Amino acid sequence: MLLHAFAVLVAISTAILIFAGGMVTSTGSGLSVPDWPNTYGWFMFTFPVEKWVGGIFYEHSHRLIASTVGFLIVVLAAWLWRVEPRAWVRRLGYIALAAVITQGILGGITVLFFLPDPISIAHAGLAQLVFCLTVTIALVTSPGWKRSAQRADDRVLRSLGVATTAIVYAQILVGATMRHTDAGLAIPDFPLVFGGLAPPVWNAQIAVHYAHRVGALVVSAAALALIGHVLYHHGRHARLRNPALLLLLLLVTQITLGALTILSGKHYIINSLHVVCGAMVLGTSLVLTLRAWRPRFAGSDPIYGSTQGVESSRIWGLTPGVRS
Amino acid sequence: MLRLVAVVLALAAAGCGGSQSESNAPPPPTTNPVDPATAGTIAGRVTFEGTAPPGQPIRMDSDPNCARQSSGATEQQVMVGANGALQNVFVYVKDGLGTLRFPVPTVAAVLDQKGCVYTPRVLGVQVGQAMEIVNSDPTLHNVHAVPVSNREFNMGYPIQGMKHTHTFSTREVMVPFKCDVHGWMRAWVGVLDHPYYGVTAADGGFTFEGLPPGTYTVEAWHESLGTQSQTVTIGASETKGDVAFVFTAT
Repeated sequence: MLLHAFAVLVAISTAILIFAGGMVTSTGSGLSVPDWPNTYGWFMFTFPVEKWVGGIFYEHSHRLIASTVGFLIVVLAAWLWRVEPRAWVRRLGYIALAAVITQGILGGITVLFFLPDPISIAHAGLAQLVFCLTVTIALVTSPGWKRSAQRADDRVLRSLGVATTAIVYAQILVGATMRHTDAGLAIPDFPLVFGGLAPPVWNAQIAVHYAHRVGALVVSAAALALIGHVLYHHGRHARLRNPALLLLLLLVTQITLGALTILSGKHYIINSLHVVCGAMVLGTSLVLTLRAWRPRFAGSDPIYGSTQGVESSRIWGLTPGVRS
Repeated sequence: MLRLVAVVLALAAAGCGGSQSESNAPPPPTTNPVDPATAGTIAGRVTFEGTAPPGQPIRMDSDPNCARQSSGATEQQVMVGANGALQNVFVYVKDGLGTLRFPVPTVAAVLDQKGCVYTPRVLGVQVGQAMEIVNSDPTLHNVHAVPVSNREFNMGYPIQGMKHTHTFSTREVMVPFKCDVHGWMRAWVGVLDHPYYGVTAADGGFTFEGLPPGTYTVEAWHESLGTQSQTVTIGASETKGDVAFVFTAT
């Protein structure tokens, strides 16, 4: 239970880190600290607080929060390694650790190379994967996960969940591309597009911005299908119903924040909330999907009982059995 | 990866030496190639017609050091003086000098960070000429040049009085400078391979002395009003002092 609580803390910290990263980009502060890993020549953790001025506040805070999250993930991975009997869960810890280290290096490279778009976009995309990994670890170490192994398997739900999560992630990548290519206001009006339904002229920035808007519609359709399926077929199962309702709430919030981002001329707080809300949509969709797949995990959870282990483990490429 | 190592080494070298140079070109001549007996002059004035947009107040409250120093500061992109004289226009000979090569000034151009703004806002330097970048403020700045043809750089100035020297390797009009710590800080540096350029002051005037006889394209660049150019011909020892550029509100 303590491990689960700690994993939840790590996941929340990662969401905060994503918000802090969003603030860096939204305020244009990405290069306000020109060196890395040092800060203006100081060792990062001894950089004087009175010098956290202007854009440095956002960039340096982001680095410190990132360091904290990195440390928390190190502890999480070590904790899983020490006490977690399921090999695949331990592996999730290692993957999260590798991902957060890679993420830190990407962050450094993007500073040293003056924010090249591909690196910055990769940094944004990997942040979401790190968040997904911490959410997954928090979920699968929860008492609820351990209790719910015998729920009926629903293939449609599983497929809808995977599709929705994948579409949300793709949409986040398009959004990251839009942010880092400075295309956030390439289409300045909302909900219309230059007064119509499609841009009258095209360039790369307009195209990526328009793709993000179309993506929002696709995400909405997929999420609503998933939510509708859960409420119709599994409305009495709180572990599916609750994340479905949360997903609905987050979806509405996210679309509202997206609209406000444009209408406010990319206000940096609204813009950053849009980024972190996107992560919440992704995380919630992932939780719902993992719960839909829960029956298939039974065999890889040896300490909680096994009925379908071998097949499901093959599907996931996981090795059932106790920790070696 | 090699590029990353190169960048790290370059940053380390800059930190040790306090200067950056990117010049790989052959050494410039030490004497002026223009015959003073036939050299002429182009001079003129840049003016603005219409109503200049009002200055925008700069909110410096994200850095108390800046707010204390420059309370009530405004950003005035279009600075108009007496009789419509337009200030901060970079005027230069864009074309017509052929293959002539000129000595590089030994005196450094200076770009200061004072009162949390770049001073001057518009500056000209020659390729290979030292440009000394100074932090006169009691706060941190980063100097971030975003050129197209030259190499981008981003240097930290955490201490008041800190200086670095930079030289540009390639002609480029203009190289934007910004400070990512203080988003309002902007400057533009025109980099040329000859000495015929200038930035208009309060009188809007400019003068290019010592030009060889010939036909030249003279261009005037302004940060928000754009560019204008015209062709000017001067004969031997001729002075053409009535070149006029007139910008209007966009």
